[in-house]
Amino acid sequence: MAQNEQSAISVANMRKRFGKLEVLKGISFNANEGDVISILGSSGSGKSTFLRCINLLETPDDGIVTVAGETIKMRKKPDGTAEPIDHKQVDRIRSELGMVFQSFNLWSHMTVLENLIEAPIHVQKRPRAECVEEAHALLKKVGIGDKADYYPAHMSGGQQQRAAIARALAMRPKVMLFDEPTSALDPELVGEVLRVMRALAEEGRTMLVVTHEMSFARDVSSRVMFLHQGLVEAEGPPAELFGASKSERFRQFISGQAHKAG
Amino acid sequence: MDLAFIADAFGRLMGALPLTLAVWALSVSIGCLLAMGLTWMRVSGSRPLAAFSRGYIFVFRGSPLLIQLFAIYYGLSSFAFIRASFLWPFLRDAFSCAVLSLALCTAAYSSEIFRGALAAVPHGQVEAAKACGMSRLTLFRRIIFPIALRQALPAYSTEVISMTKATALVSLVTLQDVTFVANKIRNDLFLPYTPLLIAGAIYFVLNFIIARAFVAWEFYLSAHQRRRVV
Repeated sequence: MAQNEQSAISVANMRKRFGKLEVLKGISFNANEGDVISILGSSGSGKSTFLRCINLLETPDDGIVTVAGETIKMRKKPDGTAEPIDHKQVDRIRSELGMVFQSFNLWSHMTVLENLIEAPIHVQKRPRAECVEEAHALLKKVGIGDKADYYPAHMSGGQQQRAAIARALAMRPKVMLFDEPTSALDPELVGEVLRVMRALAEEGRTMLVVTHEMSFARDVSSRVMFLHQGLVEAEGPPAELFGASKSERFRQFISGQAHKAG
Repeated sequence: MDLAFIADAFGRLMGALPLTLAVWALSVSIGCLLAMGLTWMRVSGSRPLAAFSRGYIFVFRGSPLLIQLFAIYYGLSSFAFIRASFLWPFLRDAFSCAVLSLALCTAAYSSEIFRGALAAVPHGQVEAAKACGMSRLTLFRRIIFPIALRQALPAYSTEVISMTKATALVSLVTLQDVTFVANKIRNDLFLPYTPLLIAGAIYFVLNFIIARAFVAWEFYLSAHQRRRVV
């Protein structure tokens, strides 16, 4: 599967509860460099929470996250939750993980170009001229080279999401995290975003993609993870899983999705 | 009533304008800083600080400014320990009492405006900044503050304008501001309306200028909310 056996990101026994509700019940996984992993699951399965726990947008109660060999240092609190020990480390690891959100979340007061160079300049302290040049190249790559001086509000959802992908890429991340990147888009705009994601996968980027796009999971990803009630219910290469999964729940899930699509 | 009289009254009223402007500018600036402190307390996550901030706003927004002004200027001086304290040179002075009470009052209103503006910053945009590894300071400086400022301006400009009108109250603690002088001309010359009309016009022009300045500032900050001209 993986072109490279170097682990890009691994998670061991991740748990998270919101009050009484235990959303993640101990999830472990590993992605090697170049892996494209689709994370599937019905709503409430914990798939978005799982992704958000990786870069600590949600703080997991338990579990070990290792990015490119560096483990995020956490400590337990008396109430059973946990907190990071070193916020500088968290910021640094976050800057190595490019995140793409369902609702784009571009900074509304900045132009697209400013969105792309903001974190490279103010977080990574790279020279402005270099960031600007790279940003223009990235915008061209995602097909909106002519929109550099547009504000987010002046673009379609598909264009905004492609700008958001370019913004994440501008940080030169080791791993890209996608949290349902096409779920907020009109159906006719989904394709343009998926095409960009497919191109990224083909150039060997490590990607974790929480998605409802079965075709993407089946055709693009190197591995599929199916979450159910906070646990990994099924996992494997898409051909294997979609062909004949041993999991009754996964078979039900994909047939449900097929009905929706049909 | 002739033009010479109006020119004379106008001249005297304009002579009092610097005092009105000084009270206004000082109390708005100090009040703005206090408001930022109160807002910070409110969102700090500390219960005692948030409770203090809420209590402060409750008191200063809930009672008349005139009573606050009198309480500070006349009320505090009735306590011997205050007259004996190092604050007395400050608190015996009408100008500093006026600035203090106006600043304390506008701080309460402004803090509520700032809190609302902070709450209106889209959560997703804050998350996106965190996900890029921004430190808390950078996040505030580059993302939260600019968005909140834009949100706060319309309501805050109203507060700043209402402060120019509130300065008229300081004429009641012996300060010879525009309103004080207008009343003096009325009494001296037994003219009930004209001096007040001229004074009103001066306040009006002042507020017009302030309002235009805020509109220009808002325009400058809201390119992203206008329709794009292609």
